[in-house]
Amino acid sequence: MSGREEMVEVSLLELVHARSGDKGDTANVGLIAYDEEDYNIIVKQVTPERVKHHFRDMIRGEVERFRLDNLCAVNFLLHGALDGGGTVSLKTDAQGKVLSTALLRMKVEVPREVARRVRGRGRLPAGAAGEGG
Amino acid sequence: MSDRGALSSGRPGRVRVASGQGFWGDDLEAPVRQVEGGQIDYLMLDYLAEVTMSIMQKQRSRDPRAGYARDFVALMERILPACIERGVRVVTNAGGVSPQECARAVAEAGRRVGAEGRARIGVVTGDDLMDRLDGLASAGHPLANMETGEPLASVRDRVRSANLYLGAHPIVRALEGDATVVVTGRSTDTALTYAPLVHEFGWSWSDWDRLASGIVAGHINECGAQASGGNCSAEWWSIPDLSEVGFPIVEASPDGSFVVTKHSGSGGAVSLRTVKEQILYEMGDPSSYITPDATADFTTIRLEEDGPDRVRVHGVRGTPPTGYLKVSVAYGAGYKAVGTLVYAWPDAAAKARAAALGLAFEQVLVELVGWDSTHGHLAGHPPPDIPEVQLRIGVRGGDRAAVGRFTREIAPLVLTGPPSVTGFSGGRPRVQEIVAYWPALIERTAVEPDISVEVHEL
Repeated sequence: MSGREEMVEVSLLELVHARSGDKGDTANVGLIAYDEEDYNIIVKQVTPERVKHHFRDMIRGEVERFRLDNLCAVNFLLHGALDGGGTVSLKTDAQGKVLSTALLRMKVEVPREVARRVRGRGRLPAGAAGEGG
Repeated sequence: MSDRGALSSGRPGRVRVASGQGFWGDDLEAPVRQVEGGQIDYLMLDYLAEVTMSIMQKQRSRDPRAGYARDFVALMERILPACIERGVRVVTNAGGVSPQECARAVAEAGRRVGAEGRARIGVVTGDDLMDRLDGLASAGHPLANMETGEPLASVRDRVRSANLYLGAHPIVRALEGDATVVVTGRSTDTALTYAPLVHEFGWSWSDWDRLASGIVAGHINECGAQASGGNCSAEWWSIPDLSEVGFPIVEASPDGSFVVTKHSGSGGAVSLRTVKEQILYEMGDPSSYITPDATADFTTIRLEEDGPDRVRVHGVRGTPPTGYLKVSVAYGAGYKAVGTLVYAWPDAAAKARAAALGLAFEQVLVELVGWDSTHGHLAGHPPPDIPEVQLRIGVRGGDRAAVGRFTREIAPLVLTGPPSVTGFSGGRPRVQEIVAYWPALIERTAVEPDISVEVHEL
């Protein structure tokens, strides 16, 4: 290949699946690479700084990141994300159950061939069960 | 007895611990399916979340014989005969703040279904610190808040419940006493799974790696179907038959490794994806998952596929526990109320926001359900053609009367505010007391001597 590889944007939704939960006023978001080969993209680009910037005023405290290289996963702690958390919080999502999906909106840059491989992942395929109608 | 691949030592070569409840309110058919759907050795049932203890405390203050998960008694009435017949033992924290009362009710239920003389019930007590808080304070245990450092004294008069998190020791003692059913109060969720493994395999209490592996098994089991296809974000549409989801089963070996699986023929799925998602659920620092019995390093977990709906877990490393036990205190922290109204097209979001402008309150949160209540600013600006939104306004404060006044302000908006508004059928929003959670630590030596285990013939 000559020159630099061409990079294109995809959303995290296409590279990882995710689950989130709570501990008091802190939400955790775990991101798990669908394909091991994409894990490094996550490690390099989904930094705590970028995650904090992504959520902006949705988080009052700091963002910490922990790597689980063994699972090709990263765990984020979003401090001050739950309006006091648990029973104190006034939020619909007081326990951060779907904060993971908000992070999956984030864009990352990947080589065009990776984008081709992952395109459409994370979204209900047309005609799949569950679509209704 | 079930086939457990007995070794020459007389110990089993394999022990199956099935998860039957992931919280108080979980699918009541799940534990029945676990007992009847195939071979298991233990059924673990987790009923307690942080907020659950204070609800149970409130129930006990009204009725001294209440304060536990009543669901569990009805469940045992239904499945105890099958458990006895199949050699399945039950470990649960359904005791809440009244483990003795819970055990008594289970014994009565057992006698009603002919289990008299055929089962033994173990009860673990000593986790309830409610009546000992002042003694502990004067003995130099401030129970400072782990997050803020504030001593418990600052909210002492508003404390509703206070419980230690107990580990596996007392459960193992009950199992050694031949308990068929072990009822505890605030045991850690994970101990309900690994206590049977310590008991069956005769693991040493200083075998940190095996204990850590048991902790991982417990973490995977503790939320029920969340490990076997429920709430799984990876291609959720491809997970079969969730209406008959098979709850997870940990099939453990003496060396600590285990396979996560579920009964054949049940719905759901056990895959690397479902197991990884549950491992990450409510995770803090993965290298330091602290329990009363050991600290597990989740970054050492190795996972492998081991056939359909089977994931093998091994390689887990652990280190000794700390000299402290965690205490969960619930205390009254003011009042809140949430009210909702629905606005319709056109300009539904703009109408909802305009309505909310007129409501002033010290601590108020305005969300548009259907637009930004879960993704905040990431949702962007709502389109003018959005068909409808639900305006959801929450307020909070220390003064019950002030929160009550808010509940009387929202209803008039139907006639005094922007148009095309509906959905006000539930009456005025209810003022709720906020029972907040106060995490603290205490030296083991101050409280461990009071942990007690009894086992009684039914």
